[in-house]
This record gives sequence, C-alpha cells and structure tokens, in this order.
Amino acid sequence: MRYGSRVAAAILALGVGAAQAQDRIVIGMQLEPPNLDPTGGAAAAIDEVVYANVFEGLTRYRSDGTIAPGLAESWSVSDDGTVYTFHLRAGVKFHDGSEMTADDVKFSLDRARSDGSTNAQKSLFAGITDVDVVDSVTVKITLAAPNGGFITNMAWGDAVILAPETAERAATEPVGTGPFRFSRWVQGDRIELVRNPDYWGERPALESATFRFISDPTAAFAAVMAGDVDAFPAYPAPETLAQFDADPRFQLLIGSTEGETILSINNGSGSLGDVNVRRAISHAINRREIIDGAMFGYGTPIGTHFAPHNPDYVDLTDISAYDPELSRKLLAEAGAEDLTLSLKLPPPSYARRGGEIVAAQLRAVGIATEISNLEWAQWLEQVFRGKDYDLTIVSHTEPMDINIYARPDYYFQYDNPDFRNLMKDLDLASDPAERSEILAAAQRIIAEDYVNGYLFQLARTGVADARIQGLWPNAPTQANDLTGVSWRE
Amino acid sequence: MKVPAQLWFGAALSSAFVVAALVSLVWTPYPVDELSIDQRMRLPGDGYVLGTDQFGRDMLSMLMVGARTSIAVAIVAVGIGMAFGVPLGLLAAANRGKPVDEIVMRTNDLVFAFPSLVIAILITAVFGPSAFNAILAIGIFNIPVFARVTRGGALSLWTLDFVLSARVAGKSRLRISLEHILANITNLLIVQGTIQFSLGILAEAGLSYVGLGAQPPTPSWGRMLAESQTLVSLAPHIAAFPGLAIVLTVLGLNLMGDGLRDILDPRLRSTR
Repeated sequence: MRYGSRVAAAILALGVGAAQAQDRIVIGMQLEPPNLDPTGGAAAAIDEVVYANVFEGLTRYRSDGTIAPGLAESWSVSDDGTVYTFHLRAGVKFHDGSEMTADDVKFSLDRARSDGSTNAQKSLFAGITDVDVVDSVTVKITLAAPNGGFITNMAWGDAVILAPETAERAATEPVGTGPFRFSRWVQGDRIELVRNPDYWGERPALESATFRFISDPTAAFAAVMAGDVDAFPAYPAPETLAQFDADPRFQLLIGSTEGETILSINNGSGSLGDVNVRRAISHAINRREIIDGAMFGYGTPIGTHFAPHNPDYVDLTDISAYDPELSRKLLAEAGAEDLTLSLKLPPPSYARRGGEIVAAQLRAVGIATEISNLEWAQWLEQVFRGKDYDLTIVSHTEPMDINIYARPDYYFQYDNPDFRNLMKDLDLASDPAERSEILAAAQRIIAEDYVNGYLFQLARTGVADARIQGLWPNAPTQANDLTGVSWRE
Repeated sequence: MKVPAQLWFGAALSSAFVVAALVSLVWTPYPVDELSIDQRMRLPGDGYVLGTDQFGRDMLSMLMVGARTSIAVAIVAVGIGMAFGVPLGLLAAANRGKPVDEIVMRTNDLVFAFPSLVIAILITAVFGPSAFNAILAIGIFNIPVFARVTRGGALSLWTLDFVLSARVAGKSRLRISLEHILANITNLLIVQGTIQFSLGILAEAGLSYVGLGAQPPTPSWGRMLAESQTLVSLAPHIAAFPGLAIVLTVLGLNLMGDGLRDILDPRLRSTR
C-alpha cells in the first residue's frame, strides 16, 4: 500500500513536470457524437464538440445564457417585427480558405428549413418565409409573423452556418468558421481539433484540443484522477466530487444546466389520465431526498418544466409539495389504490438512482412499481417513440423547451388546447413583459395539471485541473466553448 | 470412511449463507424496501453491523435478501439443467452411436459453444431483463453440462454385467435407464449439481452486474457490486461486502463439491 502510493506520487510528479507551458487540453465526455453535423442530428454530444469551436451561427450563446453577436456583427428589425436584416462580419473565412458570405447564410437557412432537411430543430426556422441576399455581407430574413425569440433561435447549434461546398461532408469532416479546425476522429476514442490560424476573432490560447469519450463513470473518475483527462465538464459520477473538492490539484465547476429532470408520466396510459392520480404521484415525491440520494446534493428543486436560473421562472414547488397523507387520500378518492406502474429508467445515474428512490417513495403511499433498467436505444424505442411506459425519469436538456407540452403526440401524451393556444400567443408576442406573462401562465398550467412529476434542475457537475481557466460553469446550451480557455502560469 | 476437512469447511460456509437466506424470509435487521437517505453510507458498527449502502439501507439485510435471490436463481437453474439434461443424457447413452445420440450430443455442443452471457443477452434482448430470464439463461447453459455428465456415466454402466443381465431378462431400454443407470449415477449428479450451483451463483452475480439479472428493488449481490463501484473510494464497505459474500459462497460450494466428489465419485474411488 505504502509502496503503491509512493509510485503514484512519483508518476504524479512526472506529470506535473511535463505539464509546463500547456497549450493543449483533453476534455472528457460521456457520450460520443454519432456525427459532427449539428444541423443534421439531435445528439447533444455533437454540439458539445463543435458548437462555438468549429461552427458558428449568426448569433451565439454566452456562458451566462445571454445572446451575443456571432457571424452577424449587428442586426436590425423592421417596425412590424417581421423583417430581420443581419450585417455580417467581413473577411470571415471557412477552414478551407473560402470566404463566408451572405450566400452561405442563405444556403444554410434554406437547407435547414427545406422539406428534406434532417435538422433536429426545424421549428427554429418554421416562421421564415424568405431569406434574401442584399449584398455579400447583408442578409434579409422575412418572417410570416413576429417572433420574439428569433435572435435566440439563430444562436442554437442547429442554426450554424455551413458552406454549400462542404455541407454534405459535415457529418464526418466538418468545415466551419470557428476558432478551431477539425483534425481527426478516432471512432470510439477521441476527436481532435487544432487552432484555426485565420480566425476572425481573438486568437484562442489553446493550440489543440482533444475530446475523449469515456462512458463508464468509474473509468471517468480514474481518467481525471490520473490526469489523462484535463477537464470533464459534464462529469457522470457526482458521488466522487467530494474527493476532487478536497484535492488541491482539481477544481469543481458547479453550475446549472437546461436539464429539467422530471418523472415523466404517460398521460395516455390507463388511470394516469386522471389528474388526481397524477396529483397523488406528485405529492408522494420528496424532492430533497432524491437530490441528496441520487445527485449527492447537487440540483435545484423545480415545480414546473422551466429552468430556475431563467428570469421568467416561477417557483411552483408548493403546488406539488411532499405530502404522502394527501397522496393516499387522493388515490383512495380516485379509486386507484392497487396501482402497479411500470418505471422504465435510462442509463444516467440520476435516473437509475433517482428511480429507486422514487419507487420507494411511491411504495410508501401504496403505488407499486415495476422497474426496468433500459439502455438508451431501448429507452428511445419503447418509451420515447413507442410510448409503452407508465413512468420514466429523464432530463430534458434543450433550453426553453416548455413548448413540448403543446405537442399531443409527444411521449407525455398531454393534450390541453388552452396550453396550445398559449404557445401560439407566445410565438406572436415580442414584447418582453407580455412574453414573461405568457410563460408564467404556461408554467402554472402544466404544474396544476400535474402533467409530470417535476423533480429537479440537473446541476452541471464538472471537474477540471485547477490550473485551467475559462471553462463554462453553466450550460445555457449544449456546448464546450474552448475559445476563452487557457492554462494558468 | 474419513470425511475430508475441506468438505466440513465448505459445507459450513455454504450452509451459513443458506441459513441467512432462510432467515431473511421471516426476519431482517432492517427492512430492505425502505430507503433512508439521511442514514446512507454509514460505516460498519455505528448502529448497523455492516453499515448502510448509498440509499441508507442496512447492508446486512441487503446481503441476506441478496443471498435469497442468488440461491433461488441457482437452485432453479440447476433444476432446469437436471430436468432436461439428465433425460437427454440417458436417451443418448441408451442409443449409443445411433442418429438420436448424434443429434442430442451435437445440439448440446452447439449450446455449449455459446457463453452463458451471450445466451442471457439474447434472451433479455427478446424478453427484457428480469430475474426469471436470468434463471432461464443460466438454466439453458446447464442443460448440456448435465447431459454430458449423464451420458458419460451411463455409457460405462451400459457395458457392465448387471445391465447386460437386465437386457437379457427382457427389460426395455427405458426401464433399464430409469431403474439401473439413473440409480448408479446419482453420486455423479450430486457432485456436478454442487459445482453447477456455485457456477449459477457466480453467473447470477455476473448477469446482475451488467444489469441483466434481478431488477431493482430486489437486492442482488451482483447489482450491489455494480452500483457501488463508483463509491469504492468513498465507502469501500458497500462494494467489499457483496464481493466477499460472492467469494465466500462460491468458495464454500466449490470446497463442498470437491469434498463430495472425493467421497462419492466411483471413478475417483477406484483409482485410489
């Protein structure tokens, strides 16, 4: 034992010696992206590699969630709110050396909203009727109706700008305008990026960046401890964070994500269509216990499907406060005392651990559950697409995704015309105060309909070498922006 | 006849776990289906003999109920293996060299060639993961083992004089198989049964470890190991105890199997 720790210390000393004048970084990620085209796939892992690093859009997210100019230097909106004129930065070059012009913007937006488009977020572009090239650095976008969220929509990874010559190959050889160029992809292991010397903006401090894929939490822990990985921004084993916290070689990056972690209820399955049964389930849940037990204290309780760090968030946790007595009463009144529900859990530890805790809490009020642990592919097949489930736990990580409740064919199978009208109003509203009001009303409707059990906002629990600075603590969108990352000293 | 020390030791170890499993049917120190998050990861001592797990459940109670899961799966799996394997083996031996023998034994080889884990993954891919499907997978894997042992033992018996005289007396192959052959290979089957039982416990732990065995909240040693692996540095006892339980049970059963073989196996006895 003592001999072992001495060897470890020696290896460590070697590692520190070699770490001088660092301009490379190895970022750990749990999931490998299926491809590298953010405009052609839904996987969060795609954006986590390429967003703001390889590809850029007209506008972009900042680390605090606000929107900043991207490839568009500035923009103006017509008085009726339907025509956006974007003024592009001049002299921006793609990684293959060609100039980025208004034609590329038109191409990218038309491609994303075309009928054959495989874009995962087509609704971002749904309101666009025309994209016109005014001159090489000016684009005019006409909307069918005013859309207060349009500038935010253009900041999504799904709305990045590609060149027509290279768009087809973006899935394997992405060519963008960002501060890093794609260098190489070793399938199943890592993706390497190198600095783009011709970047239009400030030169990044890092010479190169490697994204390594480590799906197993134990292996992730070992990789960070051994220094094989310099930073793991979405670290999958929150239980080991205390150890990193106590170790001066590491820093914790604790922030918030856009992940509303919910106990999804299949509103179309048997007695779960009864609002009182769903209400009973909601009142049976002790959020504090789930956050402590599954996330080791990292997470913020939520009472509706909305991120607490958003200024429009309304704290509605009281509507579904922990009250097992009330639960039992509601179940008795609804005549659903011998309820047995399936609880299908995807792989992340928030779901697996959270699921066991939820099952115990439901058991305490007399609801039996049958847990099955599923892999992601099975989960997508059975739960998300097949709607063959009663309960599941999953984190909805898209920003501002309350509008999914307006889709009766979504896997919750929640159908409320009032809510749908509210979302229509929201699309038309561009006055910030009016939008806040609509969003507050929407949050309240789904909380009072007890559509799902709202558990907690997923914390972003990251760990990194203590000498790294500039990593995003929060995840306002799915991204690992390396533009401002550097090593201290 | 001298009873070897390893048999005593093995039998003592294995029966300790069987007793623990039986006791868990009527009593456990704490309930295993209630979580108490504020009591989680307590060290051994401290009000709980073996400490608590990541959900605040008592480790001793979890291990006792886990023993029940392991033993139940292993017993039924060995039962399946015997129920199908022994008749197949008898049939093959009674028809030595005929097409029936070939078909049975080659089919056996085919099943034998698949690792049990692959069969388990196949079964769970079709029917979904559960303790029942784990039993099925391990049971199927046991069939060729028993078929081979039975056929091997039976073949040597078929050449002996008392079987020959039974045939001369006009007994059918079926009756000879059941009345004479089966009775004389019981020792062989007991020994093999003990070994398969320990392999069954190991297989159940393996399947649960990769998530294909008993589903939560049913406690299972393999899953306890899997769920505690990221907690090893924080609370080593959560991983250590189920690991120890598996090692000791399998060790006990193997020692017992070896000891029984020394006493019971006629082949070994004659070579002494």
